[in-house]
Amino acid sequence: MKREVVIIGAGPAGLAAAIEATKNGCQVLLVDENRTAGGQFFKQLHKFFGSQAHSAGIRGFEIGKQLLKETEELGVEVWLESSVIGIFAGKRVAVLRNGITETVEAQSILICTGGAENPLRFPGWTYPGVMGAGAAQTMVNVNRVLPGKRILMIGSGNVGVIVAYQLLQAGADVVGIVEGMPRIGAYGVHAAKLKRAGVPFFIGHTIAEARGSDRVEEAVIARFENGQILKGTERKIDVDTICVAVGLRPLSELAQMAGVKHGFIPELGGFMPIHNTDMETSVEGIYVAGDTAGVEEASTAMDEGRLAAVSVSCALGHLNRADAEQKKEEIRDRLASLRQGPFGERRMNAKNRVIEMGVTM
Amino acid sequence: MDEMRVKNHPILGEDNCEEFVEITVDGKVMQAKKGEMIAAVLLANGIKIHRYTAKEHKPRGIFCGIGQCTDCVMTVNGKANVRTCITPVEDGMTVETQEGYGRKKP
Repeated sequence: MKREVVIIGAGPAGLAAAIEATKNGCQVLLVDENRTAGGQFFKQLHKFFGSQAHSAGIRGFEIGKQLLKETEELGVEVWLESSVIGIFAGKRVAVLRNGITETVEAQSILICTGGAENPLRFPGWTYPGVMGAGAAQTMVNVNRVLPGKRILMIGSGNVGVIVAYQLLQAGADVVGIVEGMPRIGAYGVHAAKLKRAGVPFFIGHTIAEARGSDRVEEAVIARFENGQILKGTERKIDVDTICVAVGLRPLSELAQMAGVKHGFIPELGGFMPIHNTDMETSVEGIYVAGDTAGVEEASTAMDEGRLAAVSVSCALGHLNRADAEQKKEEIRDRLASLRQGPFGERRMNAKNRVIEMGVTM
Repeated sequence: MDEMRVKNHPILGEDNCEEFVEITVDGKVMQAKKGEMIAAVLLANGIKIHRYTAKEHKPRGIFCGIGQCTDCVMTVNGKANVRTCITPVEDGMTVETQEGYGRKKP
């Protein structure tokens, strides 16, 4: 079986890329291991940031619905419940589907498998009731069930405070936000909502232990300085759920398997595939976009997907060089505007380092 | 334990699910919303332990919620290691707390 472009992962980056590449005339196969496309769009009920071009002010799940609709209208070939289990020489993509492995020979491959939440290891971290903040978000916003009644959030970044607020709104008691750094990590607008609701922020604190008989019943938090827990500052809090929001890391197993050059970029989640300004990796014809190409946001993921799709379309001869360059510049300008401000600038600098590392082995 | 259900979601609005199915969890019959994930039914019923580890018999529950970590696996319709966070309920489904890898002891 042959397809011009195989896109792995139908989240924000993959959907946006599939739409762009199809519009440019590429023959696209979009593969996702889940039952439905959309990745983690449908748990993101908050309004997005950015400019109008980035659907700012629109809630994440609404953007997801729009992308799914466009994908359908364009007649993009989508394989769901299909896991890519390997990328082999000659850009052959092995897909496990209906219990059978099918091999698809691609001219270009775009890997946008997203990211995974980082765990935090502390005594009791494996107890039922300790979960990723993203898991809690999925429970309340997708499955419409509360993960617990009394919830402690570890991490005050955007994920931590947005999820905490959504849990609070849905009826849970958020007993506090614990932050190891000396300041709140999230945008002020999100943190302010929790402060107004009277949720305490334990700044310069960390989780020391989760206790219980066979599930979380109590959290012990303590002051945290220079990477150490200060003895004697421990305090107990009655909780039934501890959510961990301490960042995400790129899921890049497939890129590693394909021999793509990797680097360590802490600001973007750590070990990640290195790519150029076209989103192409060190392996010609293999591209990355979205959280796989460094953890950022859904809005940047969509534009990186589009950028990769334009590059692919040009490489395959569906777009002439001049048109492609113009499109790429427009997308790069949009990405630059998303990478502004104190948070964005940090990501922009990190992305520039990725580019500087270069895709030659 | 129906209080764990978010009937009126601040953004999604009211839950207008009208179709329900029945599943059996460790011998107990439970009502579930058609098509919802097994893990959601368990949470709504206050069940947090999905399995016990093979070596040390330690409890495990939901951790990632999106099918990546496999912490929430259970034995479903006799099949071991089913990821309950991404597997929807079906009428008449049997769900069991899993011991170890779910292999029957000889």
